[in-house]
Amino acid sequence: MILPRWRWWFLAALFLAVVIAAIYLPILRRNIKQAAKLQQRSEEQARRELTQPTVINPSDPKVKAKLFWASGADDGTLSAVTVDLPLSSEPVLRAKQVLNTLLAGPVDTELRTLPPDAALLAFYLLPDGTAIADFSEALGTSIPSGIESEQMAVDSIAKTLAANVPQVRQMKILIHGQEMGTLAGHLDLSQAFVVNANAVAPRTDNAGTGPSTSAARQLTPTATAVKLAAPPNNMATRP
Amino acid sequence: MLLDVGRVVRNRIRQTFWVGVFVVALFAAFGAAALPSAGQAGGPASAPQTQPPPTPAQPPATATPTQNATHAQAGVNIVVLDPAHGGTDLGARGTGGIHESDIVLEFAAQVRTALEAQGFQVVQTRQGNANPSFDDRSAMANAQRGAIFVTLHIASTGTPGTARVYVMNDMAAGVDATGLIPWDRAQAPFVSLSRRLGDNVQALLAQRFKGSPAVVQTASVRQLRTTAAPAIAVEISSVTVEDRAQLDHMAPGIADAIARGAAAFRPSYVLPANPGERP
Repeated sequence: MILPRWRWWFLAALFLAVVIAAIYLPILRRNIKQAAKLQQRSEEQARRELTQPTVINPSDPKVKAKLFWASGADDGTLSAVTVDLPLSSEPVLRAKQVLNTLLAGPVDTELRTLPPDAALLAFYLLPDGTAIADFSEALGTSIPSGIESEQMAVDSIAKTLAANVPQVRQMKILIHGQEMGTLAGHLDLSQAFVVNANAVAPRTDNAGTGPSTSAARQLTPTATAVKLAAPPNNMATRP
Repeated sequence: MLLDVGRVVRNRIRQTFWVGVFVVALFAAFGAAALPSAGQAGGPASAPQTQPPPTPAQPPATATPTQNATHAQAGVNIVVLDPAHGGTDLGARGTGGIHESDIVLEFAAQVRTALEAQGFQVVQTRQGNANPSFDDRSAMANAQRGAIFVTLHIASTGTPGTARVYVMNDMAAGVDATGLIPWDRAQAPFVSLSRRLGDNVQALLAQRFKGSPAVVQTASVRQLRTTAAPAIAVEISSVTVEDRAQLDHMAPGIADAIARGAAAFRPSYVLPANPGERP
């Protein structure tokens, strides 16, 4: 069978294109992977820069801070670990310092109560003693799902604040600036958690370290307006 | 000769085409006939994940006729059983492919049998792989008079082979201007009753499963908060077991503890004479 000359040229060109593609495609694939990795790294770098833990000022007086991690008994209990930390006397800064130390975790990583990749994004303290702690998404996505594990996480935050920041009366947890229904499917985050019912009123000179009072108030949860649907017999809807 | 070959090839192609058309037509006819019956036969596993739960106003589809007149007078005769999670929400996941949402559904079947043996009517918040919202699940209990609510969970943590019962923390029982209890505080008037029910069940679990706490735990569990009935969450440890059979062996003990705990709780929950009064 004799093919016309132009067909030979066409087939040769086609073959050449296939050979070039076979050589070039793996290189292209490698380049795309490298570019994606670089972008991921730069995003992680930006996140870390934004969420960089509050630097502990060595000139602050060292105090014995109590941090609450898992007791190790595997029964959902926490135990206090005393750590010498230079802590600020200003409540918001002090709260950030202790919470970042809590997030950094204990020496024994098995006793962690919070995921290692979680970060404290912001912390505000309202004049009525309500603290608003805004954590990164990893707090909800990386924590082991379950009532016990979620309760331990919240308890460790609340108890650590109660032991070290006497101005905090109650605490509201936000995830990436948003109010969430639950932490990881179980524990209710729509309400504030009591930290210290006998908290002393915070000083009002912390406006520079948090949002203005009006702005912060917008972050506080409001009571859900939905009412209990009246069942047919009207039971349990009236006190 | 060449022409003959060409004709044979063309004939073969034509035959193949018509056979293909016939096969496609056959499949289409059978497929159309089979579709409606497949839809009817679709079991829980094939139910869409967004399937809405039964509305509270509907009578409980899972109620059994074994109710006893004495129990009805005492008050509690319905248990709303909630296998947590479902649908795309798998809950806790173990390394061995164990999913909380699947296991709690299987546990629920055994708990239901044990409760029915104690004379309770059982209403399940989900039968298959649906995922009703927290509020929908609560609404199923809130629409009943004289019900208790039990939500089943499998933890990611805790000593394997143990089980814990949780009740809601103390809540301020506020009422609004119209005298209604806000939906998000529905559990408030029932906290002490929930604790009594929880203590009953936890004591039985502690006898059965060594290492389990002796008394009920408190936690701000989202599902319990909006439930206007004595309500407990039972959490079993854990999805981290190496062998799924370890969890399966716990099911009869869990079912028995819940059923006997609920039966022992029955006399302590006397419904108010007037439906509008506090329990």
